[in-house]
Amino acid sequence: MKKSSLCMVNENVRIAENTYRMLICAPETAQSVKPGQFVHIKIPYDRSLLLRRPISISNVFTDSGGIIEIIYQVAGTGTYLLSQIKSTDFIDVLGPLGNGFTKPKFVKRAFVVGGGCGIAPLKLLIKNWDDVRFSSFLGFKSKPYAYDLDQFELLSEYVFVSTDDGSLGHLGVVTDLLSLRLKREVPDLMLACGPMSMLKETKHLAAKHGIPCQISLEERMGCGIGGCLVCVCETQKGTSFEYKKVCSDGPVFWSDEVLMNFDESKC
Amino acid sequence: MMNLSVDICGVKFKNPIIAASGTFGFGREYSDYIDLSLLGGISVKGLTLKPKVGNRPPRIAETPSGVLNSVGLQNPGVDYFLEYELPWLAKHDTRIIVNINGNTIEEYCEVAGKLSKCCADLIEVNISCPNVKQGGMAFGINPDSVYNVTKEVKNVASQPIIVKLSPSAPDIAEAAKAAEQAGADAISLINTLPGMAIDIKTRRPVLANITGGLSGPAIKPIALRMVWQVSTAVRIPVIGMGGIMTGDDAVEFLLAGATAIAVGTANLLEPGACVFILEQMKQYMTENNIEDISELTQGLII
Repeated sequence: MKKSSLCMVNENVRIAENTYRMLICAPETAQSVKPGQFVHIKIPYDRSLLLRRPISISNVFTDSGGIIEIIYQVAGTGTYLLSQIKSTDFIDVLGPLGNGFTKPKFVKRAFVVGGGCGIAPLKLLIKNWDDVRFSSFLGFKSKPYAYDLDQFELLSEYVFVSTDDGSLGHLGVVTDLLSLRLKREVPDLMLACGPMSMLKETKHLAAKHGIPCQISLEERMGCGIGGCLVCVCETQKGTSFEYKKVCSDGPVFWSDEVLMNFDESKC
Repeated sequence: MMNLSVDICGVKFKNPIIAASGTFGFGREYSDYIDLSLLGGISVKGLTLKPKVGNRPPRIAETPSGVLNSVGLQNPGVDYFLEYELPWLAKHDTRIIVNINGNTIEEYCEVAGKLSKCCADLIEVNISCPNVKQGGMAFGINPDSVYNVTKEVKNVASQPIIVKLSPSAPDIAEAAKAAEQAGADAISLINTLPGMAIDIKTRRPVLANITGGLSGPAIKPIALRMVWQVSTAVRIPVIGMGGIMTGDDAVEFLLAGATAIAVGTANLLEPGACVFILEQMKQYMTENNIEDISELTQGLII
């Protein structure tokens, strides 16, 4: 039987504006994790915050007893409390959950497209798929929010960075850079994780250039294992749609499968 | 030897712990995390006559000690359940409760009729879902409509029926009595309470459906009061639920008059919750020299 487990936190540090890196000792999770999978974490200190928080696994260190890395932004009380955990404290972890990114046999050159916290699972992906040549497209709000660029530099052929205010790299959104690059080079595969507007544009560009593309979705989640049907996304079904579960059918979907008819004003 | 088994209208449950509808899928989703045969029963995801897509996401919001949901009865329909889910679930040694829903009384009856030849043990008539535009909670508010829907479903159902009541009924005891008079074999309560959460950064409701059903420890005192009121008003067994997170919570509901209890929101936090709660309950019984769980039901001292 699978179960949630109490795991020791090895490190929990601020790495950028509002952004934290936590290293968790989770040997079993570290053994089995695929890029794009997530852990479902119970909020410490305040029992009135009931729901676990789904956070992507961004790195794995199997040689040091099985450590997983997660990167998260403080968005509310729950993630603030998470940021207050000290190393050697214990945290309740369920996972790894969900289906990660799928590696097709044909892939030799791939583009990864990430925004903000969404770059985290892509880091594990470019590390693990070591026979693929990657170009990384990374977008942030501004320079203080950027992190782990050195690791992307190390693991990719090219790294393209944008910020909303131009304080680092290109002024604008990361899909501007993606769109420009696609005029010169068309990869075998694109992989994206980040805000909905970024995913929508990536899906659009993938369709325009005929490139297979996988996107990792985020939605407010309950159980994380497919039992409660709260974290759904619209997917194509014939001429209509059906709701699939982000937690257990995803969080990674092929971009042509997902309909993104959401209201952009809510992003 | 401790006796944990309970009898609900002639159906024997090995213990009083039931996984509550809507929080436990069709059991299959939890089977990597929990041995389903350890549970007294499983109330499956609410079914309708035709597949139902449910409401737009976001469908969940966290509130203090509570969870709001607005799933809106997304389900693959009763025919799919009978063909693909029930045969799998039936391999497990646990009681199967089929939660049914409809926009009209006729739809409830049609779903119950389709279940008549299946191996499910009980039918739970959900007249208390706050997240659907038609039917649902509307049937659970007024004692006359509780009576009508119960009577009609009872006429066609071949299994005993449990009527799941809404905490939004102005007088929960009257609603329960109406169900009993119409032939209900048991009552379950409470379903979620209608509620709302707003994101002050965006000034928008957190739920796309604007409102949702509140569950979790936040509603436990209300649930407990209603279980007590209902169990003193009717003779049929009561299945109590509403924010049960621990074995102690479960014992409270039994003392308030419940014959069995259902665990809902706790499953979302901890997939093994039902078994943990069962173990804690056993520990309470051991510590208090209780040999038979039935000593707790209506064991409240006033």
